Amino acid sequence: MVDISSNFCGIKSPNPFWLASAPPTDKQYNVERAFEAGWGGVVWKTLGDPIVNVSSRYASIDYNGRRLIGLNNIELITDRPLELNLKEIRDVKKNWPDRAVIVSLMVESKKEAWQEIVKRSEDTGCDGLELNFGCPHGMSERGMGAAVGQVPEYICNIVEWVKEVAKTPVIVKLTPNISDVRYPARSATKAGADALSLINTINSIMGVDLKTLIPRPIVGETSAHGVYCGPAVKPIALTMLSSIAHDPETKNMPISGIGGVSTWQDAVEFLLLGASNVQVCTAVMHHGFRIVEDMIDGMQNWMEERKFKTLDDFIGLSSSRVKDWGNLNLNYKVVANINQDKCIKCGLCYIACEDASHQSISYTKAPSKKFEIIEEECVGCNLCELVCPVQECITMETRDEEKPFMNWTEYQKEVLKR
Amino acid sequence: MVKKIAPKLSHEQYKHNFKDIKPPLNLDSAISEANRCLYCYDAPCIVACPTKIDIPSFIKKIATQNFKGSARVILESNIMGGTCARVCPVETLCEGSCVYNDLAQKPIDIGRLQRFSTDWLMDNRSKLFERQPDNGKKVAIIGAGPSGLSCAHKLSQFGYQVTVFEGKDLGGGLNTFGLADYKITTEFALQEVDFVTEIGGIDIKYNTWVGKDVKMEDIINEYDAVYIGIGLGTTPKLRVDGEDLDGVVDAIEFIEELKRGPKEKVDVGSTVAVIGAGNTAIDAATQAKRLGAEKVYIVYRRTQKEMPAYEYEYGLALKDECEFLWQTNPVKIVGDDCVTGIELVRMALGEPDASGRRVPSPVAGSEFILEVDMVIKALGQKSYESFLSSIPDLKLNWGKVIVNEDMQSSVSKIFAGGDCINGGKEAVNAVQDGKIAAQGIHKMIFGNVGV
Repeated sequence: MVDISSNFCGIKSPNPFWLASAPPTDKQYNVERAFEAGWGGVVWKTLGDPIVNVSSRYASIDYNGRRLIGLNNIELITDRPLELNLKEIRDVKKNWPDRAVIVSLMVESKKEAWQEIVKRSEDTGCDGLELNFGCPHGMSERGMGAAVGQVPEYICNIVEWVKEVAKTPVIVKLTPNISDVRYPARSATKAGADALSLINTINSIMGVDLKTLIPRPIVGETSAHGVYCGPAVKPIALTMLSSIAHDPETKNMPISGIGGVSTWQDAVEFLLLGASNVQVCTAVMHHGFRIVEDMIDGMQNWMEERKFKTLDDFIGLSSSRVKDWGNLNLNYKVVANINQDKCIKCGLCYIACEDASHQSISYTKAPSKKFEIIEEECVGCNLCELVCPVQECITMETRDEEKPFMNWTEYQKEVLKR
Repeated sequence: MVKKIAPKLSHEQYKHNFKDIKPPLNLDSAISEANRCLYCYDAPCIVACPTKIDIPSFIKKIATQNFKGSARVILESNIMGGTCARVCPVETLCEGSCVYNDLAQKPIDIGRLQRFSTDWLMDNRSKLFERQPDNGKKVAIIGAGPSGLSCAHKLSQFGYQVTVFEGKDLGGGLNTFGLADYKITTEFALQEVDFVTEIGGIDIKYNTWVGKDVKMEDIINEYDAVYIGIGLGTTPKLRVDGEDLDGVVDAIEFIEELKRGPKEKVDVGSTVAVIGAGNTAIDAATQAKRLGAEKVYIVYRRTQKEMPAYEYEYGLALKDECEFLWQTNPVKIVGDDCVTGIELVRMALGEPDASGRRVPSPVAGSEFILEVDMVIKALGQKSYESFLSSIPDLKLNWGKVIVNEDMQSSVSKIFAGGDCINGGKEAVNAVQDGKIAAQGIHKMIFGNVGV
């Protein structure tokens, strides 16, 4: 039996699946049902100064009939009274001692304000704190959230204030709305944060309603930019995760991976690239708390098959496989191969290669309809394999041309020699 | 007159029995199905469509909710796209060639998607086609069936004045009168006639039989071109005793009576034998069953393997609990005034004939009597040979008009298409012929310009 229990910067949970600070974690009723469903931990929806939310808060991007490929939210931090939240957090922690309960915080950038909310939160018996430096809308207009997260010095100040009084681990949640996420990560690390979590949501306008011509979500006659999350943002989250996991200044920081995690496969990918656990939101907003059952089951079965006994056996295992482009082997060669027995003759590989690639697929028209790779022309770009609707019909095959490894630097030296 | 008439059903039962066999898709199901389409390049479904509708393109447009554009793609290739969506043998044509069949998945529901778009257009009364300015030329069309109407529409687009001579009181041909009600309703077929003629420049003269009410000779003289789209006539005789008894009917006439309605006025025998196993035979059999017949037999002299009906149609008959009597053939029809039975003989199959089907011959002494109250003859339809052969210089082959690739006959200004040239195929073939003929006529009159 594999062990998927998690220890994230000292915070223990029976599995690495936490719910991110978001609408599903805003009250005791929700959080307890999430725990009943099997979630290992929650980050309580951000506490802070009183706010008011608008009605009409979400909009989605659908693709080819699939709903919620991406979700946009213009809801702010919790709009419930602070006292009520603190009471419920205390009760939840008492009822569920084995689960991780983290409190997300965001107040105005004053030392007293931060230190007071830290103390009051920790008084509930929570397991840790997450500083929300990511919220890109509403709060940022008032100097909080992403307005802090985008300025490394501000991060440094606040983390130092918090660390002066905090007794539990402090996680800094990073915004992706910045050109290089390593800078805020380094700043949080230097200031003494115990862990990082990323990514927070991405600035977005979800589209325009073609009947009213008002962007979505529609609030009266107008809309506002909001926060983008869901399956579509996963690749962005993975690259940011990877850059922090590689950076010499931050590579030893525990990272909680966030951004489009919907399945156990997504979670495994985040862990392979260096996250120690994951936080989930949109998938639960779409399908409910019950999805954690397959996340746990799928991850366990995969670990069993791969002979991994604990999460530590594979956390970060793929991280070193991400290199700068300049270190790639220019002599590595693959070419596409079409398995004619599996080909259903939809022609998608052909038209993709013809119009977007290297004209390296030949087309013999009906009656002996056939698509074949012209190997001399194939640069091995993978596009045909990606568009083929049949599993393992087009495969990329390596060609050993007996050439030695050569990266870009070596190649340039070669050119100079000539 | 039928000796034992099957009891009449309630209005609700008729409604239930004749409701759409392929109910329309709603907005959600259409978009979801459209999104399944792989959007194949040089797609096999297009190749399989006799009118060459760009199927992936019209489906993609459903997915993007460009319903008008979707309907345009369909109707530009096939102006009777609404009918074809309902009655085409999609299982053997477009859907049968869908690549999903090779992936062990359900093919795209092309027929119903096509219906979705064409219904949308007709429901929204969105105008797609414009008639070019009058070009001063006149064309006569004989027959307001799918082929004649398709030809008329295309010619009107080119700016011709078109006169359609139709023997019956209503247009649409077999779309209106000849197909099972659960596939296409008379109301829809007539609505489509209006839709096609909406473009203007098309005058349909109903109740006008050419060769009877007007002379073919006058038409040939008066018009710049003539298109013959007359389809086929009645079913051939069984040539057995008792064929003239009351209760022996022609399948085409039986279905027409049903289609004209109301259904409670159509008398169907309590027990029915349908002779023949083509698609019309199946339509007649299932319609008889759904009108209330207790028992319906389908009598066919060969086996299931040689049966001309499509596999899908065969399945419909089985679903309606029609019983197939393979390798049996009528010897005589029994009764005094009305049919009371049919004497059948078992058939043995010999060597294949020129068509590749094995030749049946009666097994001596195997005769038996099947008690029935009604016999429906569905042996295919005969050509209107006497009319066609009366047209000077018009060359025929076994009653079918001989045409070239432009649908032009041996008489240069006479074109023909549909069942009268092919001996009886699908509505979609008739539509295609009409379209090609219109282009052929235009080419003949104005040369290659503008086709």
